[in-house]
Amino acid sequence: MFFPISDSHISPIYLATIGFFIGVLGGFFGVGGSFIAGPALRAVGLDWNFAVGTDLAHIVGKSVVAAKRHRALGNVDLRLGFIMAIGTMGGAEVGAQLIQMLKRAGNVNLVVSIVSIAIYVSISSFMIWEAWRTLRYQKRRRPRSKVPGTAAKQDESSFSHRTAAIQRLRLWPMISLPTSGVKAISLWVIILVSFIGGLFSGFLGGGAGYIRMPMMVYVLGIPTHLAVGTDLFEIIISASYGTFSHAIKGNVDILIALVMHTGAAIGAQIGAISTQYFAGPKIRLAFVPLPLIGAAIVIYTMMTGQKL
Amino acid sequence: MKAEAAKTLRAFLLELCVYAVLVTGYFFLVLHYLSAWLQDLHLHHVKVYAGVAIVLIIGQAVLLENVTTWLLRFLRGRSE
Repeated sequence: MFFPISDSHISPIYLATIGFFIGVLGGFFGVGGSFIAGPALRAVGLDWNFAVGTDLAHIVGKSVVAAKRHRALGNVDLRLGFIMAIGTMGGAEVGAQLIQMLKRAGNVNLVVSIVSIAIYVSISSFMIWEAWRTLRYQKRRRPRSKVPGTAAKQDESSFSHRTAAIQRLRLWPMISLPTSGVKAISLWVIILVSFIGGLFSGFLGGGAGYIRMPMMVYVLGIPTHLAVGTDLFEIIISASYGTFSHAIKGNVDILIALVMHTGAAIGAQIGAISTQYFAGPKIRLAFVPLPLIGAAIVIYTMMTGQKL
Repeated sequence: MKAEAAKTLRAFLLELCVYAVLVTGYFFLVLHYLSAWLQDLHLHHVKVYAGVAIVLIIGQAVLLENVTTWLLRFLRGRSE
């Protein structure tokens, strides 16, 4: 199929299949999946600028489907999502400015590569340690529930004492998040978490769900299922902003995004429904390979000098 | 439990087939006619193009979500 906007020939079946797999990942983990979509679009010859912009547009569509499904399952905290969107957009702008500064200094590729590898490996190591500890603790304490979709949503974390300390910080204004079961938390903590997520999104590209979702669980104390659903809702707003910004710069082939999204629409629903059958620590444990895939891609790029 | 899983899988595969037919039709009817207009917007009215791009992707997301939900309900209903 010919796509005149980006002047490229790409099989629609390939696009829909890639969209399907990213949709499943997004629906299950609440991530945009740009670490797969970007290289997958590059692999069929799309220019890097089009790959980044088009991927963002596709993320908007996929997140709408997955967030709608998560909302039906009661997994979206709208208040938290709107607050986080503000911080994310601010952070994304600062991240983009940092990239511009590094570009001017002439060492953008090296700095971004090293920072991203360090971040990806740290997130994976921490999550594997925490999820494994929580699962071991749960196993010792009580027998596992056999009813999917009910007890599976009950969440525990071996990091919860630190989360409770963060929630006790009295930094005005304090707000409550009844949907997420958070009685009081400083608005500034939420803004800071979303700002850091946005900063990484602007700095490393993509939606940065790989850092925002774990931070929502460990820093804000949001149950994993709600963190996944709310992250997807928040991504709709921040990725729409990113899509608009990239489209103005001529970096979005919306026809490619629409075709990719036909696969993602069904994949995202499967991913979202699947979360019902897994407890929070298991979702977090299954999340571990995703940042490592990102790290592997960056290492490959550094070693070969070729972008995937 | 196994019968339930087999039923779900059958409904899902049927859904995929119906969905594939619908999406193929959609490619030819909608995307084919839109491409020239979108290319023109991309070249000459980039801000309008940016707005239209977001409306299109969100519109398609809502449409396909409703189609897949309806299909799943319809097919599950028939197989029960």
